[in-house]
Amino acid sequence: MQTVKMVVTGPFSAGKTQFIQSVSEIDVVATERKISTEEERTVKSATTVAMDFGRITVDEDLVLYLFGTPGQKRFDFMWEILSEGMLGFIVMVDSTRPETFREARSILETFRAYAPTPYVVAANKQDMEDAWDMEDVRHALRLDANTKLLPCVATDRQAVKTVLLELLYSIIQEMDSKK
Amino acid sequence: MALRGNLRDFTITQLLNLINLAGKTGTLIVDGPAEQAHISFRDGKLAYAKIGNEDGSLALVLHKANKINANQYRAIADRAGQMTDKELGLLLINAGYVTQEDILVNLQAYFTDAIRKLFTWVEGFFRFENGMPPPEDRINVKLDLENIIIEGSRQLRELEELQDEIPSLDMALKFTNRPLTNVNLSVEEWKVVKFVDPKNTMRQIAGTNKLGELEIRKIVYGLLQAGLVEVVRPAGSPVPINPKMFPTQDKDEQKTLINKLIGRIRTM
Repeated sequence: MQTVKMVVTGPFSAGKTQFIQSVSEIDVVATERKISTEEERTVKSATTVAMDFGRITVDEDLVLYLFGTPGQKRFDFMWEILSEGMLGFIVMVDSTRPETFREARSILETFRAYAPTPYVVAANKQDMEDAWDMEDVRHALRLDANTKLLPCVATDRQAVKTVLLELLYSIIQEMDSKK
Repeated sequence: MALRGNLRDFTITQLLNLINLAGKTGTLIVDGPAEQAHISFRDGKLAYAKIGNEDGSLALVLHKANKINANQYRAIADRAGQMTDKELGLLLINAGYVTQEDILVNLQAYFTDAIRKLFTWVEGFFRFENGMPPPEDRINVKLDLENIIIEGSRQLRELEELQDEIPSLDMALKFTNRPLTNVNLSVEEWKVVKFVDPKNTMRQIAGTNKLGELEIRKIVYGLLQAGLVEVVRPAGSPVPINPKMFPTQDKDEQKTLINKLIGRIRTM
């Protein structure tokens, strides 16, 4: 059995767990705990403290694992461990919470430094009225024109599939460019 | 137990706070990334500070503060010989070149600047030599540490914020497409800009310019905000597909595998 992995990262409450849940064929193995701080509790009631784990079986010989990282900075020691050997990574950002953009940028830079693997940025909650426009998100995250910034709704399986496919296309492109 | 350790575990601010609260007398020696610092204290107050190869002499301090010109500085350095800083200070005061206040104010500023520089060190080993006095031939001051500690804490917060913005100094910089015209840069910024090249990591640029982590991050942050540079992976550094990424090392098999994944996700 061959296995490959992708990492889904991003700030606290960006929608990483939901993203994996939308495509995983197994119930996501989520290590969630109740939120301990008042400030974070206003955003959601439980959070990932170690990792989320989802699976997509391709055939009897190949399985794709999706790992979701914990969002809070205090768990960042997990990030490097989870990034080891990843095919690529997805940075999730909540388009309705500009206060998290700075952190998303920081997480993106941290993961870029870990490994020279392709990545895409998924602007989640684009279906919400108060979501930032994609171009504004691009500027706020300081993404250059070559970086793929994709609209996303983590609860929408189709949107999640598109994000995963775009990352895979980037990986293929990277492999072709090295030939 | 001797007060010694790593700045990663115990910051300069925490060290100064401890020395201040315990009213310690002695010399703190810090081996930083490129230089060594000697900071002396008497009863928990700053007495003397020196970083790197600068001799920290009164003549140098007054010259840096433009209280004596280059010729006078050279003449003093040539003639002072075995003269201590106290003797030199008296000579300069009697000759009317400087006042006693000039000397004290400029020494305090020089020592405080050294501590400021020390705050930018986040890596290095330190040890506190109990009772070790500052060099005998140097003039000591008696400066309360509280304000310095507050300033250091502020810098630490700033560093933490800048670390969020620029998490890794092992990345490189490259110019964006914006032309570098009509931009007013400081000398320090120019020193960094001069080395902007995907071949140079930020850590290398900092090392070449003898900049601390806070200083290089501050400058790069400014350049990033102005849209003049962008962070890139260093050119020439290996950009291999990590062997652990794929269960096979065969390029064609790897590509087949990715295409299989694409096919599977498309049909989900």
